[in-house]
Amino acid sequence: MALDSKSEYDVRTFKVVGTRVQRPDGVDKVTGKARFGADITAPGMLTGLILRSPHAHARIRSIDTSAAEALPGVHAVVTSADFTPIDDDDFTDDILANCMARDKALYDGHAVAAVAASSGHIAKAALKLIKVDYEVLPHVTDVDKAIEPGAPVLHEGRSDETVPEGASPNIISRCEFGHGDVEAGLAKADRVVERSFKTEATHQGYIEPHACLAQMSTDGTADLWCCTQGHYMVRNTCAAIFRMEQGQLRVTASEIGGGFGGKTTVFLEPVALMLARKSGRPVKMVMSRSEVLRATGPTSSSSVDVRIGMTKDGKITGAFAELRYQGGAYPGSPVEMGAMSAFAAYDLEHVKTVGWDIVCNRPKQAAYRAPGAPMAAFAVESAIDELAKGFGLDPIEVRLKNAAREGTKSSYGVTYPAIGLEATLRTARDHPHWKAPLGPNQGRGVACGFWFNFGGDTCVSLNITPDGTVTVSEGNPDIGGSRASMSMMAAEELGIPYEKVRTIVADTGSLGQNEVTDGSRVTFAVGLATIKAARAAKAEMCKRAAMTWGIDPEAVEWRDGAAHATGHNAGEHPPMTLAEIAAIASNTGGPIAGHCEANPEGAGVSFATHMVDTEVDPDTGATKILRYTVFQDAGKAVHPDYVEGQFQGGATQGIGWALNEEYIYGEDGTLQNPGFLDYRVPVASDLPMIDTVILEIPNPGHPYGVRGVGETSIVPPLAAVANAVSEAADVRMTQIPMSPPRLLSAILAK
Amino acid sequence: MSKVHVTTSINGDPTEFLCEPDSTLLDVLRDELGLTGSKEGCGTGDCGACTVTINGRVVCSCLVLGAEAEGAEIGTIEGMAEGDKLHPLQQKFIEHAALQCGICTPGILVAAKSLLEHNPDPTEEEARYWLAGNLCRCTGYDKIIRAVLATAADMREAS
Repeated sequence: MALDSKSEYDVRTFKVVGTRVQRPDGVDKVTGKARFGADITAPGMLTGLILRSPHAHARIRSIDTSAAEALPGVHAVVTSADFTPIDDDDFTDDILANCMARDKALYDGHAVAAVAASSGHIAKAALKLIKVDYEVLPHVTDVDKAIEPGAPVLHEGRSDETVPEGASPNIISRCEFGHGDVEAGLAKADRVVERSFKTEATHQGYIEPHACLAQMSTDGTADLWCCTQGHYMVRNTCAAIFRMEQGQLRVTASEIGGGFGGKTTVFLEPVALMLARKSGRPVKMVMSRSEVLRATGPTSSSSVDVRIGMTKDGKITGAFAELRYQGGAYPGSPVEMGAMSAFAAYDLEHVKTVGWDIVCNRPKQAAYRAPGAPMAAFAVESAIDELAKGFGLDPIEVRLKNAAREGTKSSYGVTYPAIGLEATLRTARDHPHWKAPLGPNQGRGVACGFWFNFGGDTCVSLNITPDGTVTVSEGNPDIGGSRASMSMMAAEELGIPYEKVRTIVADTGSLGQNEVTDGSRVTFAVGLATIKAARAAKAEMCKRAAMTWGIDPEAVEWRDGAAHATGHNAGEHPPMTLAEIAAIASNTGGPIAGHCEANPEGAGVSFATHMVDTEVDPDTGATKILRYTVFQDAGKAVHPDYVEGQFQGGATQGIGWALNEEYIYGEDGTLQNPGFLDYRVPVASDLPMIDTVILEIPNPGHPYGVRGVGETSIVPPLAAVANAVSEAADVRMTQIPMSPPRLLSAILAK
Repeated sequence: MSKVHVTTSINGDPTEFLCEPDSTLLDVLRDELGLTGSKEGCGTGDCGACTVTINGRVVCSCLVLGAEAEGAEIGTIEGMAEGDKLHPLQQKFIEHAALQCGICTPGILVAAKSLLEHNPDPTEEEARYWLAGNLCRCTGYDKIIRAVLATAADMREAS
């Protein structure tokens, strides 16, 4: 938000917001009653399964489905021949081609056919009867190798006008950000560090595999139940694929068992709908874990070069980064957000970033928590750490000296309003963790992180029931307690107890368009809409009270859950509570509701500083996390428990990325570790408690000062852990994960 | 392939079912008996979302055949509360915000209950190792471990 934007924020004292109430879906989730994607059935339901390419890159000469179709119990078989490409919308057409391969399979696990059968056993048998004639092609899975001359080409003609003539066809686009003269800035430095960094692809690793249940009627209407971060997105995407009117497809979001960005697109839903259309029966599809890892979107792997110059007193004089991200088999890696965020934490006179979006034979990447930012921060924060330590300077003081603040023009162009970066750094510097002693083979790292945050299309409908309770309908799947937060903000605004409000996630037939649960937007944008819906309901209730009292509505104000006559000539009237107004609503004009439809823009950028202690075993290269503290600005923490939970969860995912998690491809281009045994996410015994410090620098763009908190927490840990490990092992680590073999060879090569 | 007839006890209820010889106990619970509180996160025994007890012993129900339930006593998340009274662990998980998405929660609760039956006074490290077979991707485990240790303390005090 620009400095001169209108402020939404009013200073106030909170009664409900900021407390630690119990979430409304808690009992269902601790008793096993909550219904997730795979937990629903329909009468006459079939089981759908997908046949996937065993090759990283192969031309599909033909697919013979006749034997599968002839198997008793098989009711439909689907291939790409059943779908019509979408010529005027590359974005959606790529999603469709990713759901079902056309002339080529572009990665190990790419869907090539699907069946629906009366049982899972029969569906499995039917997959084995489908004969696919592949011509195996050369493949490439490494981001740097993909742009070398002579590398296997995935698509022809997809490079856009930003790509230089003669560049690899696997380069889709180039972007550039910054200001000033980087070379002139670097020339003023006492030292310039130039380093190259690599990060491996990691998966969001949600524990719930993708699942859906599709029904399609002969009259053209359809219903979908699915686990998704955005059922409105599912509706719009599937409607485009099926050339349906959006209003004819109703999508209901199940409880969602984790997403972290990975459920912001579709994989199964169009296939399930097509199987349902062809069979005339409801079709349920549930992915296996290996399908999730092979065929849904991990994040990009990356290769980043940085050059940063610093004076001996710690001032950054110039900064440059060139980022290459592979987005899997289709355009759309998050390199632009990496290039925008790389130096966003610093107030720099001379800064430039260049990003390259590259395709290779891997699954189409999907958003993963602060997409693109952690890899960029890994490179930048590692280089800053090296410079600071090289000059014998305190790495926190160096960051404070260069920190972005209110009025800073960021490297991506925006000028910041009030932001919390300096507050996180000062709090970190003054925290006991920073001064705690370290033992042998131990090291401490710090790093900063930034995320943009986002608003987006949002609808909220708030209804007053006849007995004076309140229901809130919103359109964003609750991925970590957001129904509690919405109920809290509604209760706060209405002046009633939290227990009087119940929030539900409504289906696509019940509200207008809602952006997916992404961009750390829900507590900010849906919260803002909830507050405004409550304000509309309050205005109406004041009007009803005025009507009852026979006075002007302007003479009535709302406070403490009741309408009060306060105008000059209002007369003496006992206050009317929400419940009293609700009870007679039928006689004063009918039911009372408030609603808000908005695309709020003041999301308010977010910053964090992380601090971590590690111990490295020099004989094995194994790293132990000893202590971890997160310092992050939440604007206003609506429910502190769930804010802390976002900090802790993001930090832990970052620890996994830094130390263990990676997509490992064999010589043949197939994924070698498509399971939780070998794709190793952090387990309880890997970790200490994750300490958190919530800072509250109000966001001027939200009535209560709220900022999104979900994504920033995964941005610093890669660099923070790398800085700590580099200190503990006394060798600068420039590639992650720093798995034991990789760290051990770095130690041995010292 | 003819189905197997199995007589068993689930959460104390005498139960009979027919299953394919190669059906897992998890498939039977979810698809035949409608007990969908146990979740399939991996199908290979690596995530613990399907954790149940067989004769008091914690197992991944995705690694057990339905036919193996014959004559056994099976405990699932659906049997953890007594009527409308939540088990102390269930209550404490809600109070401590020890869940975000909640998909791993049933398995973790079943495993944690077994921990407290074996060891009413676990250290943090013992709790972390006992639960190391139950993946949670949302929380970083902090609030889960705190909830388990706080429940243990409460239950010791009450007993």
